[in-house]
Amino acid sequence: MLRLSTEVQLAVVAHCLAGLPEEACGLLAGDPALEEVVAWYPTPNIARSARVYTVDPLAHLRADRDAEARGLQIVGVFHSHTHTDAYPSPTDIAQAPDPTWHYVIVSLRDIQPVLRSYRIVDGAVEEESVVVRTHWAQAS
Amino acid sequence: MPVEVRLPTVLRSQAGGRSTVSVEGSTVGEVLRSLISQHPGMGEQVLNPDGTLHRFVNVYVNDDDVRYLSALDTPVKEGDEVSILPAVAGG
Repeated sequence: MLRLSTEVQLAVVAHCLAGLPEEACGLLAGDPALEEVVAWYPTPNIARSARVYTVDPLAHLRADRDAEARGLQIVGVFHSHTHTDAYPSPTDIAQAPDPTWHYVIVSLRDIQPVLRSYRIVDGAVEEESVVVRTHWAQAS
Repeated sequence: MPVEVRLPTVLRSQAGGRSTVSVEGSTVGEVLRSLISQHPGMGEQVLNPDGTLHRFVNVYVNDDDVRYLSALDTPVKEGDEVSILPAVAGG
């Protein structure tokens, strides 16, 4: 299960929309024990492509340092699919770098963006549920 | 001389969950080989069998990609941070 706040969910989708017509990408940070994403880092797609993405490694390094300074850890990556479903492509599966990460894909194929999350372990893909937490719903 | 090595999340479990480890070496190659000698399970994820850097791994000395320096021959000094990062890419 992937838990994230409404703020992170909306920011990730907005970053993907802003990246059109190219694929956009970024990293997700959280407390791995809680399985909740509490921060996100936009990263340049140095592939500059509508079909593939490569996270800028220096941006990855800086995100990793910042997350650690905040007591967090990088727990996943997101990227957009501009013209296809929110399902991992063969290259997404082949190049998944960490079996503990969440792999979030935002499909922009239709008018309404679709955000889904997956686990990818040794080439096996399993979709996980995405739970969006609204801070203000708990305020009363 | 000791150099701090920042590990990617995927390798931290092999270092007791630590994000950084201190290893000896005066070049990036020496540092990586020293790291692998302490944690042999990291070997094939970082270096190819011929000793070159794995193509899906990026290594930085401080903020510089070693592929744009002298690769594994890049010198390091005490206080430098060597970072290992998986290439994060897909389609």
